[in-house]
Amino acid sequence: MLNSSLTKLGASLRAKQISSVELTQLYLDRIARLNPQLNAFITVNPEMSLAQAREADARIAAGKAEALTGIPIAQKDIFCAKGWRTTCGSKMLHNFVSPYDAHLIAQFNKSGAVNLGKTNMDEFAMGSSNETSHYGPVKNPWDISRVPGGSSGGTAAAVAARLCAAATGTDTGGSIRQPAALCGISGLKPTYGVCSRYGMVAFASSLDQAGPMGRNAEDLALLLNTMAGFDERDSTSLQRDKEDYARELNKQVGGDKPLAGLRIGLPKEFFAEGMGSDVAQAVEAAIAEYRKLGATVVDISLPNSRLSVPVYYVLAPAEASSNLSRFDGVRYGYRATEYGDLTEMYEKSRAQGFGAEVKRRIMIGTYVLSHGYYDAYYIQAQKIRRLIAQDFTEAFKQCDIIMGPTSPSTAFKLGEKGDDPVQMYLSDIYTIAVNLAGLPGMSIPCGFGANNMPVGLQIIGNYFAEAQMLNVAHQYQQATDHHDRVPQNIGL
Amino acid sequence: MIASRKTSGCKDMSMQWEIVIGLEVHTQLSTSSKIFSGASTTYGAEPNTQADAVSIALPGVLPVLNRGAVERAIKFGLAVGAHIAPRSVFARKNYFYPDLPKGYQISQFDLPVVGQGALTIQVEPLSGPSTSSGLQPYEKVVRITRAHLEEDAGKSVHGESQGVTGVDLNRAGTPLLEIVSEPDMSSAAEAVAYAKTLHSLVRWIGICDGNMQEGSFRCDVNVSVRRPGEPLGTRREIKNLNSFKFMQQAIDYEVQWQIDTLENGGKIQQATVLFDPDKGSTHAMRSKEEAHDYRYFPDPDLLPLDITSAMLEQVRATLPELPQAKQARYVNDLGLSTYDAKQLTNALETANYFEQTVELVGINNAKICANWIMGEINSNLKLMMVGDANFESCPVTSSQLANLIQRIADGTISNSGAKEVFRTMWAEGGSADAIIEAKGLKQVSDTGAIEKIVDEIIAANPAQVAEYRSGKDRVFGFFVGLAMKASKGKANPAQLNEVLKKKLAG
Repeated sequence: MLNSSLTKLGASLRAKQISSVELTQLYLDRIARLNPQLNAFITVNPEMSLAQAREADARIAAGKAEALTGIPIAQKDIFCAKGWRTTCGSKMLHNFVSPYDAHLIAQFNKSGAVNLGKTNMDEFAMGSSNETSHYGPVKNPWDISRVPGGSSGGTAAAVAARLCAAATGTDTGGSIRQPAALCGISGLKPTYGVCSRYGMVAFASSLDQAGPMGRNAEDLALLLNTMAGFDERDSTSLQRDKEDYARELNKQVGGDKPLAGLRIGLPKEFFAEGMGSDVAQAVEAAIAEYRKLGATVVDISLPNSRLSVPVYYVLAPAEASSNLSRFDGVRYGYRATEYGDLTEMYEKSRAQGFGAEVKRRIMIGTYVLSHGYYDAYYIQAQKIRRLIAQDFTEAFKQCDIIMGPTSPSTAFKLGEKGDDPVQMYLSDIYTIAVNLAGLPGMSIPCGFGANNMPVGLQIIGNYFAEAQMLNVAHQYQQATDHHDRVPQNIGL
Repeated sequence: MIASRKTSGCKDMSMQWEIVIGLEVHTQLSTSSKIFSGASTTYGAEPNTQADAVSIALPGVLPVLNRGAVERAIKFGLAVGAHIAPRSVFARKNYFYPDLPKGYQISQFDLPVVGQGALTIQVEPLSGPSTSSGLQPYEKVVRITRAHLEEDAGKSVHGESQGVTGVDLNRAGTPLLEIVSEPDMSSAAEAVAYAKTLHSLVRWIGICDGNMQEGSFRCDVNVSVRRPGEPLGTRREIKNLNSFKFMQQAIDYEVQWQIDTLENGGKIQQATVLFDPDKGSTHAMRSKEEAHDYRYFPDPDLLPLDITSAMLEQVRATLPELPQAKQARYVNDLGLSTYDAKQLTNALETANYFEQTVELVGINNAKICANWIMGEINSNLKLMMVGDANFESCPVTSSQLANLIQRIADGTISNSGAKEVFRTMWAEGGSADAIIEAKGLKQVSDTGAIEKIVDEIIAANPAQVAEYRSGKDRVFGFFVGLAMKASKGKANPAQLNEVLKKKLAG
């Protein structure tokens, strides 16, 4: 049951081989047992989850079940869910119980999915190791001395350790793909605007995008069908016809070469200095597998991608510094207990409520937007952002899909990069350009590197190519079993 | 204009100062919901009952632009002949304050929706140190720099309970159009005239209710002084003036203060000041050194605002005929004087009332309509109400007035009779015809009856007749008086004059 795909789980539920209450309880028990070690969840609320499960069972009994009805799904603690504490990994929101549902939460509720709990994350999604969470770091289920990646590290660990059937994440610079890679699961960041941002606590508005995280591409397609769609409450949400993201998976393929004709672009900049040899090996093996599946390989170049880290660390903090201004202790969230006047209330509440990494980014952002620096940093970064996007446009004239590593290394040790923010920032070197361009990107497991830690293969598609990407991943997962491997010692 | 100041310490008694004034006016747009959310904008609700998730700035909420606010901004731009930007951008103005829930205000910075335009004003000189000696009314064109859309902040409420400041976010997110003028005004009179014209225009085109007590129309005034020919002096900004009277007082005080300061060898520091109506003086709120760095940048939650030519035309079609176009039409087509035309186009309600009346009585009687509206009706409205007369709540409708004017025009009643009818109509209602009938005010227009009265008077007053016939025209009035008295005021004056003249001529 714990290793079933969502499709099979849904079928079992509808066939009444298991009830949603039983399934939910099964996961709640696992969380109770394993979460103290992994720290993947910030908030679990069995009462609320089981109430939803009972509703789902009633719906199944009434024959009105949809694909996700009754399936327990964990939600990254960045999504506001009515009645649920929503902390965003911060002390600032330690007491914030959301009075409303994010669009995505509402979509899941409508589909009859069960909210299994809120997963741990880097504070305000700022981090690549989950170590910036106020609620303590998440441990990688493959090796609990290692990080799960971030910021959606709680989600990645929960999926890998089978603490939920599937879960959600958000990706501003790689926060879905990098932890998916480090925890050996599949994750997809859709095209910017495909999933509504309404109710998702903002980090960097022009880059933030929610996406599904799960055990395989097929599960991701099912989740995305529920998550994607126009929402008038988000002005950057795209008004497009509803599509079935699983449609390409179910296509009958002729012969034994299901990906015949697919042109895979390999950016030379992604296969250069900086990538660990174990990662390189696994990625190259995956490319070889793709050739077997019928794909051809083209060398491409993304000349400006080397600038993506510096550009990102101007733009994302700039937006964040403004987005996080609302956390001032006035209306909700953390307020210092002692202060003399208004200014002191602001200063103390924010000094005590935010962690070091968040403060660092607020300061960087404030600096780059300041009078006299704005043109040199913010405007300049916006110009380079356009160049980075143009590189991809050019590249997609030569290929259909771009592949490379998701992260330069496998999961590193807890505390290993804690003192060096720049080293930490470089772990997103392959993922950031995708956010800057607004393109869809995903990561799937493609083997194991040093210390037997998972390696992720990054798949980048053109705008709105999610269905194609999911099929490209799915075909690989039909031919390989990396995605079915589970960590030891998680009680399976 | 030039103001002069005699200071004992100043050797050159003729030293003169030039005053430079520019205005920034915040007009609250009359949409029923907020600029970036569906919350109501109704004034005066219980604190925070109109603060939805977006107004409170809960984590995760996003702004969605209200199209009605954009339409109103476009309407204003068209009314002042301004360029409407095909693409404008919303920016974040970042600063911390408890009544600013997001920690930033969404406004427009580099690319406002309305570009350069102009407003023609009529200046009625006021008395005061900042006013010229020439007291003739005159016309002036004030250039408008730009107008941009933005959201209002909430309100901090001090002292409700001791030592605690409350925050009311009902107003947070109310749509504002900030209208910025060039520093084209050079006296308090001009500034007030500009503000009044703008106030009338925004109500005229229906984008703002103009309620100054409720803060729907708030003026910030930038004032500086300089010697003629010199570069602009340092300005101080008087914030949040919500009455024309205070505006005049504040400018007069500020100008005098700046001149005194400079003449005493002081320097003006750029500052934001508040006007205290009780003391009649301005005092500094914050100086330039304390000025914020607002760290403006384009709001990534909102797409650029694109205005298509189709949308522009759609809004243009809803624009009412503007005051100046109406004035020209009243002069050219209805034969009114320029003065009358301007009076009647002070407010849209007045013009509508006038036009409805003329519609019923015909353009030949337009002048009588104008006289009645600006005379009897206007003065009665002023007596009835505090502040400006409002023709929308006039107890005598335009059709009632038209009926009355018709009876004057067709000779049924005399002017004095008409006034009596009007008084009754104002106080008790009813049609002119019914009142004339009930009061027996119908004029005697029967020539035979008038001739009979005249014959009797002539017969009874031979001495005066002789006087008249010897050339003393003045006794004519004596006969008119007698005849009116004999007819109990009902004789048609025109006919009576004619008959008298004929009979007295002998």
